[in-house]
Amino acid sequence: MSEEEPVAPPAPEEPAAPPASDEDAAVDREMARKTRRSFLVGGAAALAGAGAWAWLDTRRPDDGVQWPLRLALRANEQTWRDYSSENRLARAYAPDDVESPRENGDLGLEDDPDPDWKLTVDGIAGATEPLSLTLADVQALPKVEMITELKCIEGWSRILKWGGVRFRDFVAKYAPGQTDANSYVGLETPEREYYVGLDMASALHPQTLLCYEMNGEPLPSEHGAPLRLVIPVKYGIKNLKRIGRIAFSNARPPDYWAERGYDYYAGF
Amino acid sequence: MRRGGRICYHNFPHATIESRNVKRLESKHPAAIRWFHWINFPLLAIMIWSGLWIYWANDVYRVGIGSFTVFHFFPDWFYKAFHLGYRLAEGMAWHFAFAWLFTINGVAYVTYTIVSGEWRYLVPNRHSLREAIQVTLYDLHLTKTHPPRRKFNGAQQFAYTGIILMGAGSLVTGLAIWKSVQFGWLTWLLGGYRTARVEHFLLTLGYVAFFVVHIAQVMRAGWNNFRSMVTGYEIVSDESAQ
Repeated sequence: MSEEEPVAPPAPEEPAAPPASDEDAAVDREMARKTRRSFLVGGAAALAGAGAWAWLDTRRPDDGVQWPLRLALRANEQTWRDYSSENRLARAYAPDDVESPRENGDLGLEDDPDPDWKLTVDGIAGATEPLSLTLADVQALPKVEMITELKCIEGWSRILKWGGVRFRDFVAKYAPGQTDANSYVGLETPEREYYVGLDMASALHPQTLLCYEMNGEPLPSEHGAPLRLVIPVKYGIKNLKRIGRIAFSNARPPDYWAERGYDYYAGF
Repeated sequence: MRRGGRICYHNFPHATIESRNVKRLESKHPAAIRWFHWINFPLLAIMIWSGLWIYWANDVYRVGIGSFTVFHFFPDWFYKAFHLGYRLAEGMAWHFAFAWLFTINGVAYVTYTIVSGEWRYLVPNRHSLREAIQVTLYDLHLTKTHPPRRKFNGAQQFAYTGIILMGAGSLVTGLAIWKSVQFGWLTWLLGGYRTARVEHFLLTLGYVAFFVVHIAQVMRAGWNNFRSMVTGYEIVSDESAQ
């Protein structure tokens, strides 16, 4: 656009200015030209941004969330799995910090635990039959106690004392060889109402426990008796209560909340 | 009166300092800063919006004493009016995707201001505090002493540097919540997981407060000023030129 071209009158706040010289008028023309150009570029950019947002918002869901956002969650997961150190521990608290538990979610816990409860362990390489273990089998492993903060994905947390056995000790005893960092472990409630999947590195973290005690007492029914998972490096959604089955796998096991729009990794 | 900022006469061959015209164009905001500013606007909006979807799931913050609540964050009508409820999963997905873009844009902005030297206009100096008080009094109509006309006055320097520090604070507190084991030392430094969440929330309230004042001041300053954040140029009148 040339400067000689007739242009719009000066901007509205300028009319009180002294009689414009030719030079003043030329300044106004130049400003009007710049304004037109910048607002056109800005308007196009704003439209592009709004278009990108509308596109993103209307994408086909992949496990409950727009697929590009699901891709972003997976990219985040890969980044954290690549650069996380498995040696970092969740903060341990003092006995005075322990709080009372909060009940949240009763999927698979509607009834009292089956007195004949057994833990099924599946997917062990080389095994033809799944293992069937009693609570005593699990309790035969070295007992570990820890006071950590259980963080719910909703945003609240509770500092609780846990008693149980390290998952890594459990694996060493009952499923030796199932330690490939690229493999997974799936856990389910006895009737499979609730199920979670864990990457092996998180499952083998030293603070990942199979717990049978909470705050010094046997695990209550509503908190997952007789045996539950406590994994302080993950959100509460991964801390499955009342484990009925543990299955090792090279494929990603299904995960209840990841199918409903949440991040599969859900790790700190 | 000369203002800060580069003065670009070359764009306009007829306007020279010796000429008798009273108006001239003055380059005010570099293109990079304008882009960073306007890109940040929707990114921060998405972060706040998705943050509200997340916050809803545990909306425990309030202003009050004991059991007496003055204001609860947030009242039910607020969630209903903006359909903020039952969107935790969606909120987390948006928040942790756009956090990267928000971070990249913010880091790029800070890097640019350092490399270009623009930081000199933005960072408060030893005169800024006195000037900021003067500006505040003037804006509240408590004094008639007009603050000096420069690219950014003392109050603006505090505001525009403060908002960047707040952005850094949001990143740091957000990281402390999101990755509280990998960045456990950071979470600890910030007072723990729960405290970090409070801090993250307070910073968001700070953005909203900033936005309200910012919009009011931009409206007061008028079209010429607003236009300069879009075009980069401002029309200035030289009192001495006639």
